[in-house]
Amino acid sequence: MSEAIVSLRNVDKRYIRGKQSVEVLQGLTLDIPKGEFVALMGPSGSGKTTLLNLIGGLDTPSSGEITVAGQRLDQLGSGALARWRATHVGFVFQFYNLMPMLTAQRNVELPLLLTNLSAAKRKANVLAALTLVGIADRAKHKPNELSGGQAQRVAIARALVADPTLLVCDEPTGDLDRKSADEVLHLLQILNREHGKSIIVVTHDPKAAEFASRQLHMDKGALLEAGTLA
Amino acid sequence: MKYFPLIWATLWRKKTRTIFTLLSIIVAFLLFGMLETVDYAFAHPSGGITGADKLVTTNKYSITLSLPFSDAQQIRSVPGVAEVTWISWFGAYYQESKNFVFALPVDTDSYFNLHKDEFIVSDQHMQAYRNTRTGALVNAALMKKFGWKVGDKVPLHSTIWTQKKDGSLDWTFDIVGSITVKDPTQASAQASTLLFHYELFDEGRSFGKGDVGWFEERVDDPAKSSAISNRIDALFANSPNETKTQPANDFTMAFIKQFGDIGFILRAILGAVFFTLLFLTGNTMMQSVRERIPELAVLKTLGFGDGKVLGLVLAESLLLCVIAAIIGLALSYAALPIIKLGLQGVELSPKALIPGLGAAVLLALIVGLPPALRAMRLNIVDALADKR
Repeated sequence: MSEAIVSLRNVDKRYIRGKQSVEVLQGLTLDIPKGEFVALMGPSGSGKTTLLNLIGGLDTPSSGEITVAGQRLDQLGSGALARWRATHVGFVFQFYNLMPMLTAQRNVELPLLLTNLSAAKRKANVLAALTLVGIADRAKHKPNELSGGQAQRVAIARALVADPTLLVCDEPTGDLDRKSADEVLHLLQILNREHGKSIIVVTHDPKAAEFASRQLHMDKGALLEAGTLA
Repeated sequence: MKYFPLIWATLWRKKTRTIFTLLSIIVAFLLFGMLETVDYAFAHPSGGITGADKLVTTNKYSITLSLPFSDAQQIRSVPGVAEVTWISWFGAYYQESKNFVFALPVDTDSYFNLHKDEFIVSDQHMQAYRNTRTGALVNAALMKKFGWKVGDKVPLHSTIWTQKKDGSLDWTFDIVGSITVKDPTQASAQASTLLFHYELFDEGRSFGKGDVGWFEERVDDPAKSSAISNRIDALFANSPNETKTQPANDFTMAFIKQFGDIGFILRAILGAVFFTLLFLTGNTMMQSVRERIPELAVLKTLGFGDGKVLGLVLAESLLLCVIAAIIGLALSYAALPIIKLGLQGVELSPKALIPGLGAAVLLALIVGLPPALRAMRLNIVDALADKR
């Protein structure tokens, strides 16, 4: 088995809601090897998104160890986590979360603003990312001038442009029609197979999960089973 | 610089709101520029009596209280005093109170000797003035303003002095010549000047005969002005009419302050304007940040740290306020000639606009900081929860 890009050991996550403590994840242990395309499935409230947030460095565990791309995330402060996210992880959301006032090109450029790249180099990298997701011809368009599928491709380009080791996608096809969804999932599959990106996708859609190389099922804050698909 | 496109685009996210906010700040800074310019003009008067070698002696307790004419002889006897003249405030207007005329009764010989370097009067006009008891020398700009010409009889209404002969406040003068100022910077300050004979005034008025408003002195050595001032005031110490002698510029300032503390009044107006502006712009900035909490959360997700997010929101506030301030101040600078039309006697300076930029930065920080702190403290998970 190849080296794990994501490793969780006895991870608990509790939220305080008013006077109540809500246990979202309980004693979760998980390894995801580098280069794997994992689909994380489960009913609403099962803890999928919380797990994704922890792996993506958006949140910290209440207890336990989380190591992603060789870095112990549970030991990092918010500033260090922000810097880590900028270089190691790309995010794709259900509703694309593009900046409505920026063109596709400017949206994709955002992660590169945190680097020391020159304007010319940033532009070249942005165009390369847009070309990779097949949307270079829409570079000057704003999100409201793009279809859902096109907007999600721009979001994927934004997630890729800084060349992260891991892509985390939260319901990336949840707002798309079947055809657009399949195109996006196919694109993720290419990124995984041909460009070696490790990808974790949270989804409710069994058809979407079929594009992954492994499916993980969660319920009530725990992993139920793990299966490997061809 | 690389963040500028992001900040600029964010600023124009809601065009209509940004335009209205900009307009309100522009109007505030237009007002700021105009009032600051007027305040600066009052605080740095170039009009009135000028020159380091000039002193002015007034009543110690108020410049509205008179002094006896007989003091002139004693002042003239003080070593270092080269010339003394005496003047009274006539307080005049032509036809309507808005047509202010800076009319002064002056002693011909001593006044023009003391101010010989300041005015240009042709020999012909000066001779006519000397020969005409009711004669007046009028600034060329004032003659042009009212369409007066040499030979005209002009009635002036005094707000103070009634005539002995009939109790009337209306005095009639014969324009016998024009005067112009040598120093172009004084042109505006002296534009309303009309000079007439002190004898006519003193003999014609129904009260106050033998009194003067103030004395003006020229000293031989400006370096000794302070000592000479003390000597003059010492002459009248413990008399019924104690004096206060001061440099001419200080007197001009004191004269202006008769109208009230102009600076305080103007700052009070500006304070009210900016207090309102703080709420308006502050509310707009808060609303703007509230509306794009998911977008700010996305920036944080992408790796923008707390400090960067704080900086972006503050930069947006700075950009908004500074752009509006520059436009507002530029408009107020363009309006300087119009202000000069309505505010004769003071010189206006664009230097007064400089504090405006400081005010813009301060405004930006005050209105930008609360939303910027809110954006900085944003919890990504909570902010994204509604927008995934």
